[in-house]
Amino acid sequence: MQRDADGVASSPHIHSGASVAGVMRRVLAALAPGVMVSAWFLGPGVLLQIGIATVAALAAEAAMLSVRGLAMRPFLFDGTAIVAGVLLGLAMPPLAPWWLASLAAVFAMVVVKHAHGGVGHNLFNPAMAGYALLLVCFPYAMKSWPAPGAEAWAADVLGAVFLVDTAKVDAVSGATALSFVRDGLRGMKMLAELRPGAGASLLGGGAAWVNLAFLGGGLALLAARVIRWQIPAGFIAGLLAVSLLLYLGDAQRHASPLFHLMGGATMLGAFFIATDPVSSPVTPRGRLVFGLLVGAVVVLIRRFGQYPDGVAFAVLLMNAAAPLIDRHTRPRVYGERDTR
Amino acid sequence: MSTVLRGFHGGVRLPRSKETLQGTGSRSVALPPLLIYPLQAHVGTPARPVVGVGQKVRRDELLAAPSSYVSQAIHAGTSGVIVEIAARAVIHPGGVTDTCIVLRADGEDRRLTPAPALDLGRATPEGLLARIAEAGIVGMGGAGFPSHVKLREGLLNAVRLLIINAVECEPYIACDECMIRERAADVLLGARILRQALRASQCVIALEDDMQQARAALSRRDLAGAQIVRVPAIYPAGGERQLIRMITGAEVPAHGLPIDAGVVMHNAATAAAVADAVAGGLPLTERLVTVAGAVRTPANLRVRIGTPIAHLLDACGRSAADARVIVGGPMMGTRLIDEPAPVVKTTNCVLRLPAAAEDCTMPCIRCGDCVEVCPAQLQPQALYELARAGDWDGASDLHLFDCIECGACAYVCPSRLPLVHYYRHAKSEIEALELAQRRAAELRSRYEARLRRLAQAGDAAAEAEGQAGSDVDAAPAPAAVPDRAAMRAEIAAAVARTKARRTANTPAAAGEDEDGAR
Repeated sequence: MQRDADGVASSPHIHSGASVAGVMRRVLAALAPGVMVSAWFLGPGVLLQIGIATVAALAAEAAMLSVRGLAMRPFLFDGTAIVAGVLLGLAMPPLAPWWLASLAAVFAMVVVKHAHGGVGHNLFNPAMAGYALLLVCFPYAMKSWPAPGAEAWAADVLGAVFLVDTAKVDAVSGATALSFVRDGLRGMKMLAELRPGAGASLLGGGAAWVNLAFLGGGLALLAARVIRWQIPAGFIAGLLAVSLLLYLGDAQRHASPLFHLMGGATMLGAFFIATDPVSSPVTPRGRLVFGLLVGAVVVLIRRFGQYPDGVAFAVLLMNAAAPLIDRHTRPRVYGERDTR
Repeated sequence: MSTVLRGFHGGVRLPRSKETLQGTGSRSVALPPLLIYPLQAHVGTPARPVVGVGQKVRRDELLAAPSSYVSQAIHAGTSGVIVEIAARAVIHPGGVTDTCIVLRADGEDRRLTPAPALDLGRATPEGLLARIAEAGIVGMGGAGFPSHVKLREGLLNAVRLLIINAVECEPYIACDECMIRERAADVLLGARILRQALRASQCVIALEDDMQQARAALSRRDLAGAQIVRVPAIYPAGGERQLIRMITGAEVPAHGLPIDAGVVMHNAATAAAVADAVAGGLPLTERLVTVAGAVRTPANLRVRIGTPIAHLLDACGRSAADARVIVGGPMMGTRLIDEPAPVVKTTNCVLRLPAAAEDCTMPCIRCGDCVEVCPAQLQPQALYELARAGDWDGASDLHLFDCIECGACAYVCPSRLPLVHYYRHAKSEIEALELAQRRAAELRSRYEARLRRLAQAGDAAAEAEGQAGSDVDAAPAPAAVPDRAAMRAEIAAAVARTKARRTANTPAAAGEDEDGAR
């Protein structure tokens, strides 16, 4: 029996041309507008953090591929490490010291990704797991975001990030709008009392513009059919539903649904983080359920939790539930009377 | 009158790659020196040769007769001498050989006198079925199920709907479209005969949306109550189950046959062959084959069944040195290793595809594209992981056997995983396991029967032992009486055997590819 060198003899004999690297390239392209708007409002620190996280992620990926004896070229440049680095960099406070982003990126690649079997096998979203590690271990450093309107430009940023000059960080830092509102509300203040002091506005610091930019990129991904509508739609619906319930319950003690929709990492989370295919469910109904739950938990963490934003922990929590969700949302098979 | 239907789950829009052939006529190809007839080129048991080596035959003469209920007759495609009945290469992914009758053409192409045409006004379904069986007609769309068996099962189950399937949803293939343009009257006559043989109240002819000329050719004629429907050009709209879903809105039960949904489906080329058999008295010895891809002049060739595939490629000219030969469409076809393998009744297409660039497979990233396109509504990514892990029970629970191997999942997979390959491997492993279990159960029941016999023998005299033994031996006897259930079981067994044969080489192949990927 003769077999050919050039691949499998099994059908099909043609292919659409889709590739993992192609998918990741389109994700990166769709992230670009949001990255640029973030850098516009928060300064060049955003780009610096993305650079640090991406380089660290690629280095860790290369080291793990080498240790595991896997082919370097196809896996290192499949785009998954770069996307994880960019998402992690976006989550970092722009003035955080360089080793924080590096530590998170190495943790994400080595422990979260490769220790679980590498690309396609991680249970948790690597970028969010790396970010969560920092939130838990270095909560103070992770809360220091540039105050709205603060002038933090090139020299200051480099000093803060690489020389770890805390004076410079403190000079320009303040609570984010999300933290500000939550801490204020926890201090038994009314929402109306908070409004005048919160920087330019509660949607200040360009958060709304950043969210709109990520929304635009996300819609482009949807149009290119790189992601499906279920997770983003579920995420936004869950977020709006829970925040609306709270808001209707007591409008003085809860931020408005619009604030949740346009604040924090809502759109980044809905279109780019929760949609990570590896760690989310795969059935269409399961994705909708997953999105709804992530969106709901985001609001609960923002309102009742300890952290600046809820997206990372909400996504990680539901990552753990993804296999269960998949199991209970299997579609009916052609010709079968019942699902299971 | 003709509306575009919607609605089967999944599917994928493929490049059609058939625009150059749609609208052009068929062309004949010179008679090859040798015609080769595999005895097993259909679903069922191999045909039984009725000629000997050295015997002279004329065109249309019977070479091999059906060996069982589910089998087929094979006829000579030209006049000549039988030179060999021996193992020859056949269309198979593993390049295996099978017993074939080899006929050397004498170049005179003399025919037998055709059988008299049947009078449709007086013909009974039985008479029609007998004629169709004698003509050696099997499903020409690819499955190769003996047509008279399908018709008889449909007749006995009182199906109401006959569907003539002219949906060529695979890229490149355009032979049915060409055949309908050239032989619209025969297709309609065949449809009428099939409907009469089935006593079906309705008949639907399904065409693809982009087959305007074929549709026009049919619409110009008296449709005799048949209805033409257009289906969208989405792969696999021509799949039996998908087409039934679109036309009737009902689904074929998971482990059932189309007759369970009240439908019998025949390919358009099969309908034309039925018209030839009933009205022309001719057996099936010729068909249209699309030759396309890396060839100089793509064409729909009128080919004598038994013609070596290399002969067709010679006729059309090979245009790239390094190409893979695919028999059937690019999505479900078989990669051919030996070009001398012959065209059989199910061969609708011969393709030369340029050798693929080195495919680098990645691990599954669970993107879900496969879930979206799967027409059987399965979880291809989960089946892949289970098949890879060798979890046969898990794969069966997730309905592995409902997979129709259409290849839509593998086509869209960004990780370029050979998914269908894994499913075939898992299916053949599970089937082998079940066979072994059935054998073990049979052995155990025999052993237990023997123990009982011996126990009785211990109490009674030697005559009593003989009595008990004959009781056990007599037990299977009632099953020998043929009944509907047994026939149905025979059909199922025949289908399973044929599938097993087609995938016979996959376990070894899967192992090799696994190694190759590392």
